[in-house]
Amino acid sequence: MSAEAVPAPDALDVRDLDIAYRVRGSDRSAVRGVSFRIGRGESFGLVGESGCGKSTVALALVDYLPRNGRVTGGSVVIDGRDLRSLSKGELRRLRSRTVSMVYQDPSRALNPSLRIGRQVAEVFEVAGLARAEAVDRAEQALARVRISDPGGVMGRYPHQLSGGMQQRVVIAMALAVEPALLILDEPTTGLDATVEAEVLDLVAALREEISTSLLFISHNLGVIAKMCDRVGVLYAGELVEEGRAREVFDDPRHPYTVGLLRCIPRRGRLKDAGWLDTIPGFLPSPGTQSAGCVFADRCGLVEDRCLAEHPPLYPIGGGRGSRCHFHERAASLPRAIPRDLAEPAPAEPGATLLEARNLGKTFSFGGSDVHALSGVDLELRPGETLGLVGESGSGKTTLARLLLGIVEPDEGSAMELDGELLAGTTQRRSTDQVKSIQIVFQNPDSALNRRHSVRRLIGRSLSKLAGLRGQALRDRLLELTRSVRLADRYLEVRPVQLSGGLKQRVAIARAFAGNPRLVVCDEPTSALDVSVQAAILNLLYELQRKEGVAYLFISHDLGVVRYLSDRICVLYLGRVMELGPAASVFSPPHHPYTEALLSAVPSLDGGESDRIRLDGEIPSPADPPSGCVFHTRCPRKIGAICETTEPPLDESEPGHAIRCHIPLEELRRLQAEPTRSVPVGD
Amino acid sequence: MGLALITLWILSVIVFLAGQLLPGDPGRAILGPLAEQRAVTTLDHQLGVDKPLITQYWNWLTGILHGDLGTSYTYQQPIRPFITTALWNSLKLAAVAFLMCVPLAILAGVLAALNVGSWKDRSISVVGLSALALPEFVSGVFLAIIFGIWLNVLPLDATPPPGASPATVVYHLILPAIPLTLVLFGYIMRMARAGTVAALEADYTRTAVLKGLPRSTVVRRHVLRNSLLPTITVVATQVGYLIGGLVVVENMFHYQGIGALVFTAANSKDFPMLEAGVLTIGVVYLLATLVADISYTLLNPRLRLGGAE
Amino acid sequence: MNALPAAEAPAAGAIDAGAGQARRELLRELLHSKTFAVGGVIVAFWCFCAIFGYHIGPYGPFDQDLNSVNAAPSSAHWFGTDQLGRDVFSRVIAGARTVLVVSLVATLLGTVLGTILGLVTGYLRGWVDETISRFIDAVLSLPLIVTAILVIAALGPSNVTLTITIGLIFAPLIGRTVRTAVIQERELDYVTAARLRGENGVYIMFAELLPNVMAPVMVEFTVRLGYAIFTAATLSFLNFGIQLPTPDWGLDISQNFSEITAGYWWEVLFPAAAIATLVIGINLVADAVEGVLDR
Repeated sequence: MSAEAVPAPDALDVRDLDIAYRVRGSDRSAVRGVSFRIGRGESFGLVGESGCGKSTVALALVDYLPRNGRVTGGSVVIDGRDLRSLSKGELRRLRSRTVSMVYQDPSRALNPSLRIGRQVAEVFEVAGLARAEAVDRAEQALARVRISDPGGVMGRYPHQLSGGMQQRVVIAMALAVEPALLILDEPTTGLDATVEAEVLDLVAALREEISTSLLFISHNLGVIAKMCDRVGVLYAGELVEEGRAREVFDDPRHPYTVGLLRCIPRRGRLKDAGWLDTIPGFLPSPGTQSAGCVFADRCGLVEDRCLAEHPPLYPIGGGRGSRCHFHERAASLPRAIPRDLAEPAPAEPGATLLEARNLGKTFSFGGSDVHALSGVDLELRPGETLGLVGESGSGKTTLARLLLGIVEPDEGSAMELDGELLAGTTQRRSTDQVKSIQIVFQNPDSALNRRHSVRRLIGRSLSKLAGLRGQALRDRLLELTRSVRLADRYLEVRPVQLSGGLKQRVAIARAFAGNPRLVVCDEPTSALDVSVQAAILNLLYELQRKEGVAYLFISHDLGVVRYLSDRICVLYLGRVMELGPAASVFSPPHHPYTEALLSAVPSLDGGESDRIRLDGEIPSPADPPSGCVFHTRCPRKIGAICETTEPPLDESEPGHAIRCHIPLEELRRLQAEPTRSVPVGD
Repeated sequence: MGLALITLWILSVIVFLAGQLLPGDPGRAILGPLAEQRAVTTLDHQLGVDKPLITQYWNWLTGILHGDLGTSYTYQQPIRPFITTALWNSLKLAAVAFLMCVPLAILAGVLAALNVGSWKDRSISVVGLSALALPEFVSGVFLAIIFGIWLNVLPLDATPPPGASPATVVYHLILPAIPLTLVLFGYIMRMARAGTVAALEADYTRTAVLKGLPRSTVVRRHVLRNSLLPTITVVATQVGYLIGGLVVVENMFHYQGIGALVFTAANSKDFPMLEAGVLTIGVVYLLATLVADISYTLLNPRLRLGGAE
Repeated sequence: MNALPAAEAPAAGAIDAGAGQARRELLRELLHSKTFAVGGVIVAFWCFCAIFGYHIGPYGPFDQDLNSVNAAPSSAHWFGTDQLGRDVFSRVIAGARTVLVVSLVATLLGTVLGTILGLVTGYLRGWVDETISRFIDAVLSLPLIVTAILVIAALGPSNVTLTITIGLIFAPLIGRTVRTAVIQERELDYVTAARLRGENGVYIMFAELLPNVMAPVMVEFTVRLGYAIFTAATLSFLNFGIQLPTPDWGLDISQNFSEITAGYWWEVLFPAAAIATLVIGINLVADAVEGVLDR
C-alpha cells in the first residue's frame, strides 16, 4: 500500500491472516483476512476494543499463540522471512535478533526470582556475547532507557522496582539487540498517566536513536494517535479501516471508526452540550460467521447489500482503505441517540449537601504511619459533580471511603450531611444517612455478587435501603431497572451472563435504590470499552438530571472527568493541591501538578501537549517530603521556600484555590508561554 | 518462631487433656475392673493423679522441660530411653523413604508438566493419583505379597538381625519404606507438576521464550526456579505426614519406631508413654515446618528482601 | 485449560439464558470427562454393594465352612476362604458398607463444621481468627492418624467414635481451605456494597460469601471423602474402628495379614484391592470435580 518502493524488505508484511481458537472440538475464528505492512522505521498502530483480536494478532506474529490457537491461513513475513517456513532454530534466532515484544503488566513479564541484571544480560548472551561483556552491555541498555542508577538496578529483583521502572527494564530488554520490529501490546495500560507519558516519550526517543519499526497495539486512541504514523482499526477480527493516523482520526471512513470516535468526549466536550453518541448493540460473539459485513447489525447505514456481501478493503486513495461498501458516506452515519438534552437541568438550591472539614486518615503499617489523606476540606452541593483526580496513591479512593464510612477518619476530622453530624463508620450512621451516600465501583465483576440474580441484587438494596416489601418492591424494581435501560428479561439472569456495560447498569441501579443524595463513582467506566463508556456516562448524567443527585467522580481519564464535572479537586499525596470550577482548574493559571497531569494526556486531537514531565516516582506517603509535598517532582519549583514551607491552599479567585508558593500572576505568565495548548478544556 | 512455641504449648495442653482427663481413673484403667478400690486409690496417689488438674499439668510440663518424660504404666520405667530409641529408628526409616521418594517425585512431576496433555503426562498423572490415594497398609499388602511372598526378594521383617551391616539394615528397610513414601510421592509429584505447568504459562516464561533463549535454558533458569520453590516447602511440611504413615508401616513390618511405640501405648492404655510419643511427633512436625518456612524465605527474594513500595 | 486468552475473552454480549444454565454447563462438562466416568462407575458399584452387599454375595458374610479353612481361590470360592472358613468374596462385597457409611458421615460433618469455621475466621479476622487459627495449627501439627489414635485410645474404639473423630479432625483442615477462599472473597467490592446497605455479619457470611465459596467447599468435600476412606480404613486396620466379626476390609486385612507368610495371600489381597479401587475411584471423581470447578 505504500507508494514508494523500498529496497530493504518491509519490517513486517502480514497477508490474509486467519486465526482460530479450538473450543470444545470446533474452530472459532478469531481473526479473519487481516493484511497490513510496516515499512522500515515506520510505526503502525493497531487499535480496537476488547475482543477485536488485536492481542491475538500480536501473539501470532511471534508464533506464541495459546495451545488451542492456530494460524489457519495467510502469511506473516518479518524482515523478509516467512514465519511458517522457519525451523525451530531459525525461529529462535528471529526472536533473539529481529523481533521483540513488550506487553501489558511488566510485573508479570519479569521473572520474580532472577535479578534484573541477569535477565537483561541474558538477551546479549543469546546473541552470542560472553558473560562479562553481556553484563556490561546490560548496564548500558538500562542506562539507555534513562534508568538513573543502572548498576544498582542490575542487582535488584523485579518486585523492588515500581511499575514504570519495570516497564523500562522490559523495554531495555526488547530493544537491546536493536530489532527490526518491536511489538508493543498495551505497554502502558495500567500505568498512571504521568508514568505512561514518560514511557511513551522514552519509546519515541529510542525510536529516533535506533531505526526500529513499531507495531503499537492499544485500545487507547490517544496513545495511538501520539505514537503512530499509520493505524489499522480492528473490529471483530477484521481490519475495517487503515490509513495515516491523523487522517483516520480526523476523517474516518468506516462507520465503526466514526461511531467509536463519537463516543469519546473530545475537544473539551461538556455534558451540557448534549448526549454523547454511542454504538448500539454488541460485538458479535466469537465464531459467528456472517455472509455480509461484520458491523452490519450495529451500523446506522446498513443496506441489503451489507448483509449479503462481505465488503473487501476498498482502497480509497492516499494509502487508505475502508472495509465498507459505502465508505464515501461513512461520515454521514446517523447518530444512534439524539444529541439534544430533553429539558434544561433543574436549578438546584445553593445549600450545602455534604461538608468535610480537616479530613484525614492515617494507616499504620508495621510501626510506621502512612498519611493517606490529611487536612482535606470539601463541600458538595446537591446535584453537582465534583471530579477527583490524581495519580494512584494520591488518596482519591481513601477520600471516597471516608465519606462512605467504610474507613474511619482520624481524630479531628468532621463530616456533616445536610448540616447534621455524619459519623465515621456506616454502623454509627442513621439509615437515612447510609442510604444517602452510595457508590458505583470500578469493576462490576467484583461489585456484584456473582451468585445472585439481578433481581436479588437490586431487590435486596430496595428492601434494605428503601424499606420496600411485596408489590411495592416489585413495582419499584421494574421502574428502577427501566430507568437504567436494562431490559426486564435480564432480571432473572446472573452477572456472568451480562456484558460489562450491562453489569455496570445493574450496579448503578443498586446505588440508586435508596434515592441517594450523593453517589461516589470510583472509576465507573475504566473497565469498559469506549463505546460502552459513552452509554454509561450518558446514563449517569441522565440520572443526575432526573434525581438531582450529586456525584463524587473519580477517574484517571481527564477527558471524562472534564466532561462530567462541575468542579474538580486535584489530590497529591493525600493533600488537596487545587480545587475549583472545572473550567478554571483545566486551564491556566493552575497548579504545576495539574499542569503536569494535563500535559501527560496523549491527545487525540493533534497539537502536541506541553512537554511538562514529572521526574521520578510519587514519594512514599509514609515519608512525605518536607515543605510543599510536590517539590521533589515540581517542574516549576522556585527555591528553598518550596522545601521548607508548606504553601497554604489559597483562594486565588472566588471558588478556586491553589496550594502553591508561586503567585497567581506568575503562574499565568509561565503557563501562557507559546507552543502550548491544553489538550482538554476550551 | 514465637508462633511455633505458642502452638506447641496449646498442643501440650491438648495432649495432656486427652491423655489425663478423658480416660477417667488411671489406677482403675491399669489395675482393671476387678481390683480393690483401695489399691486403685493407692496407685492413683503414687501416680499423682489425685492432685488438682492444674498441679498435674504443671508437674507434667516442668518434668518434660527438664527432660523427664515420666514413667511408663506398662514397663514401670522412665519413658525417655524408649522414645529416643524409637525416634532414632524411625528417622532411619524415614530417611530411606525420603531419599527414595523426593528426587523421583520431582522428576516425574516436571516430566509430566513439560509434556502436558501427552500420554506421558497422563500416565504419570494416573500413577501419581493412585499413589496419593492408596492407604499405606493397602500398598503395603500389595508390595508384601508381590516382593515378599510371590517373588520372595525382600524381607517382610523390617528389623534386621543384630549386628547387621548398614547395607543389610537398608535392605530390610526397603519394603516398609515404599508404602510409607508412596502417598508423599503422589503428593509431591502433583505439586511439582502443577507448579511447573503454572510457570510454563506465566508471562515471564513468554518473555524468556521471546528473547530467543533455547528451551533448555528457559526451563532451567526461568521455569524450574519458580516452580520448584513451593514444592520444596511442601516437601518439608510433609515430614509430618510421613510420621502418620509410620504408625501403620512400623506396625505392619514389625519395626520398633515412634509410630509403633505410640500404637502400642494406645492399645495398652499406657497414657504417659502415649502423651510423650504424641508430643514428640508434634515437636518433630513443628521443627520441620519451621525449617520449611526458613528455607522458603531464604529461597524467595520477595520475602528475603523487602519491596520498593 | 483456558479456551481463549484472557485479553480476547468474548464480551459476553447479550446472552439470553436461564439462571441454571451455568450449572448445567458444569454438569455436562463433568459427564464428558473420562476421569469422572471411570471414577463414577467404580464408586457407584461400591455404593450398590454397600446397600445390598449382605444379600447378594454367594455366601453370607458370617457363614463359616470349617471344612475349607484357608482355601485358595477356586470356582466355589472365587476369592478363597479365610482362617475361619468364611468366603472372602462375600465378605469383600459386604465390607463396603461400614467404610462408606463412616467416611460419608464423617466427611459431611467435617465439611459443615469446616465451612462454618472457615467463614467465621475468614470474615471476622482479628483476635477470633488468631485464637482459632493457633488452636487449629496445634491440632494439625499432629498427623491425622496420631490424633485419631490419641482420641480413640481415650474414648474406646467404636464406629461412632471413629466417625466423629475423623469429622472433627477434618473440620479444621476444610476450614483452612474455606478461610483462604473467604479472605480472597471478602476483599471484593460486593462485600463492601453489602456493608454499605447495612447488612450484618451473619447475612454477609452466609448469604453473600457462602454461595461464592461453594466451589472450593465441593472440591474439599470430594477430596476429603477419598481421604476419609483412607483414614477410616487405616484406623480399622489398626483395630480402632468397628469390631469383629462385622465384615470390614481394613479389619479383615489386619486379622489375616500375619497369615501371608504361610502363603494365604488371598485373604488380604482382595480386601486390599477393594479399598484400592474405591479410593482411586473417589479420587478420580474428585480430580474431575476439581478440574471443572477450579477455573
